[in-house]
Amino acid sequence: MNVTFRQKQWTFDSPLTVSQLLKKLRLLPETVLVVRNGQLVTEDQHLQPGDDVRIVAVVSGG
Amino acid sequence: MRCRKCGAPAVINLRHHKLALCAEDFQTWFVDQTQRSIRKYEMFTHDDRILVAVSGGKDSLALWDVLLRLGYQADGLYIDLGIDGGLRYSEQSKAKALAFAGQHDQVRLMVVDIPGRYGESVPDVARRRRQQQRPCAICGLIKRHEMNRIALAEGYQVLATGHNLDDEVAVLFGNVLHWQVGYLQRQGPVLPADGEGLAQKVKPFCRFYERETAAYTLIRGLDYIYEECPFSLGATSLKHKETLTQLEHEAPGTKLHFYLSFLKAKRQGLLCPSEASAEMLHPCQVCGQPTIAPALCAFCRLWQS
Repeated sequence: MNVTFRQKQWTFDSPLTVSQLLKKLRLLPETVLVVRNGQLVTEDQHLQPGDDVRIVAVVSGG
Repeated sequence: MRCRKCGAPAVINLRHHKLALCAEDFQTWFVDQTQRSIRKYEMFTHDDRILVAVSGGKDSLALWDVLLRLGYQADGLYIDLGIDGGLRYSEQSKAKALAFAGQHDQVRLMVVDIPGRYGESVPDVARRRRQQQRPCAICGLIKRHEMNRIALAEGYQVLATGHNLDDEVAVLFGNVLHWQVGYLQRQGPVLPADGEGLAQKVKPFCRFYERETAAYTLIRGLDYIYEECPFSLGATSLKHKETLTQLEHEAPGTKLHFYLSFLKAKRQGLLCPSEASAEMLHPCQVCGQPTIAPALCAFCRLWQS
């Protein structure tokens, strides 16, 4: 699966849950939303090779 | 994970509410909760004209969208601060606000061009005043002044901003760390009009986590600016947000509890404003907006060389 976050890209060949993906990238689930093939998904969802995954940061402000 | 309302696959899990929802039920929940906050804190009614401060970001566009869905008379105000930062930041964010307005009939978007009106952008003013490393304070001052000026000049009863729970809690945390009692007295979902130059300000999203406003915006397909203001990098409020988010991760609901407990303490009189502080306000000699300064307000002093 291809994963994009803040203009960076990663590729993972094995299935992962959303929760596992966020742990690998050291992201707290409270700070992001995960979009799989255009749809928001919860942390328990399984991501498969071939999925297009976009992680959206939700923290804003200064 | 399944939607608690209908059993369809959930798209978001709100751990602090122990509530998982599908896209449709989340939207319904989000709109209903906004209406609930508006009523609970007596922010405005359908008879009021509301001016929404729109930045082109997720929170303000979501707020404008929800208020229109709820049938309120809500117009937008975009303040062009002239920020580029290599991203054409102001230009891009203005385009998002204009695009939203263009999709809705009978809504008005007013644009205030700060460099055009006052001769300098926010980075220009910060440079002149040797605060170029952190122009956020100047930016906030300009936005507050201009929002108030337009709201009063155009006859809006209420000025609504998209501040969310994370914003409010970060500010609260900072104010408590430094025991800024005056700021704590004024912080809340509603800052009432004073009848002498300050418009009523409301924050209908003050009980929503930032993640919830982002989810609403994505589900609704609202096109907002993803990039952060180039000057926000390293801002203190973002550091406070990080700290609070770590606490929230370990104990879901911490932020909401912190904020609601603060509001409850205020209601119970913990931070009663002193009469002396209200008496100190008087009109600025140039713009007429209330100030505690002896002659000119902080905004008008900005433009003096």
